[in-house]
Amino acid sequence: MTAIITAENLTMHFGDKDVFDQLNFEIRSGEKISLIGHNGVGKSTLVKLIIGLLKPTSGMIKRHEVNSRKIRIGYVPQFRNIDADAPLSIASFVALNIGSSWHPWLTKSEKSKVAAVLEQTHLKELKDRPLALASGGERQRAYLAQALLANPDLLILDEATASMDVDAKQEIMTLVDQIVTDQKMTLLFVSHDLELTKQYTDRYFLLAEQKISTGSSKQIDAETLKGVEV
Amino acid sequence: MFAFDFMRHAFVASTFIALTCGIIGVFVVARELSFLTHMLSEIGFAGASFAAFASISPLVGMLAFTLTSSALISGLSVEKARRESTISAVSSLFIGSGILFLALANKSSKYATQILFGSIIGISLQGVWQLVILSLVVLLTIWIVFRPLMFDSFDPVGAKANGVRTQLISVIFLILLAVSVSVGAQIVGSMLVFILMTIPASTAKALGRSIKQLLLISVATALLGVWLGIWLAYITNWPATFFIAVIEVAFYLVALLIQRQRA
Ligand SMILES: Nc1ncnc2c1ncn2[C@@H]1O[C@H](COP(=O)(O)OP(=O)(O)O)[C@@H](O)[C@H]1O
Ligand SMILES: [Mg+2]
Repeated sequence: MTAIITAENLTMHFGDKDVFDQLNFEIRSGEKISLIGHNGVGKSTLVKLIIGLLKPTSGMIKRHEVNSRKIRIGYVPQFRNIDADAPLSIASFVALNIGSSWHPWLTKSEKSKVAAVLEQTHLKELKDRPLALASGGERQRAYLAQALLANPDLLILDEATASMDVDAKQEIMTLVDQIVTDQKMTLLFVSHDLELTKQYTDRYFLLAEQKISTGSSKQIDAETLKGVEV
Repeated sequence: MFAFDFMRHAFVASTFIALTCGIIGVFVVARELSFLTHMLSEIGFAGASFAAFASISPLVGMLAFTLTSSALISGLSVEKARRESTISAVSSLFIGSGILFLALANKSSKYATQILFGSIIGISLQGVWQLVILSLVVLLTIWIVFRPLMFDSFDPVGAKANGVRTQLISVIFLILLAVSVSVGAQIVGSMLVFILMTIPASTAKALGRSIKQLLLISVATALLGVWLGIWLAYITNWPATFFIAVIEVAFYLVALLIQRQRA
């Protein structure tokens, strides 16, 4: 399998704060990977480096080409701040990510693209509901749909299942797994939930003490993580 | 009333200003930049006073001052600027220097009143053209950056996550805001440009359920306000600015009542 993301001696500091040092890893096309580690260890920071939202202190992160074009990354951030009274239906929220154009309105083909991701994420019936009135699970699916609209090669979910109940977690992960498998995407799933990471990913990255380690998701247990609180 | 040139000028100019402020205002409210709009209108006052002192056109003075300060502000993060109490200090400084420039320019207090509270009935044909062209430039720019501006204004985290160049969008928007404040100040005065930039959009926010509705309601209430205001000024000889302010606030109060009823 070909590498789509490569990190070489990737180091990130915020002022005095040493988040991690000299990370070396590779994400290959089609992999389903989880990123685990305790709160504040730098998972979201690593994701932002992968996307290019942050610049590393030193070292480098390389985003390879896919089918001789730039790789497309779909990213569902950990935290959103959308006004409770924002004038957004689920459909118009998703459509925000339709891409740029010189005209404001959506063309016919753009509308059908939006309709397709709404269908895919089981939001078709809910499309006109205000985002503010959506449940936690529906909201996560709307975030997912928005990210999928860009047709990503790599899908990154940052704690997408935090604060959801068990059923809702299983529901969204089944959906993610199905979409990622069907469309041959690569998945990077940032989570605290060891059960979910075992169930839905093949390989893990563990961030601890400024270092990264990896192994098969099957091996994720108290022993592998040796005293690391996750 | 359209038999008079000055009424036709007032009508055309105020129509374009209401359009521009109504649309920009929706984004001002979504991006929570009301405080900055207020400051820019005070900076605009200082710019116009400086123009009197330097014997240049007030619009040029306003544009120079508001654009320069927008550029300085975009250096800071807006978040930071909002928290800083220096904002009010800076505003006071601008108001103070505006008064100084006026005194140095040896202008009558009538000029100051005009800058602060507008002179909608006294616009020349050349002034109208100037305003129309600047408004069109602002509206056209918004048209072009509409999608990323909308994304960044209503879902800033998502926009950043999806590769929208949010920094660039913020700078472009601040420039548009500075130009619109200067243009609007020509009609309602720099103290009250704030009204057209924030109240119609707040009315829209209380009533609208989609971004399209927000834009429509904001523009409609801004237009109605200035048209009615000019007409009432014409028949009563009271200042148009007074009527515009009262009408916009009335719309807003009605919108709040409707919103409460819905909830
Ligand atoms: N922009 C920033 N400036 C300074 N410190 C930061 C910044 N972003 C994150 N940090 C710090 O870096 C560390 C890692 O944060 P984060 O990547 O959010 O952790 P995680 O996602 O694993 O919970 C934390 O100690 C956090 O306080
Ligand atoms: Mg995090």
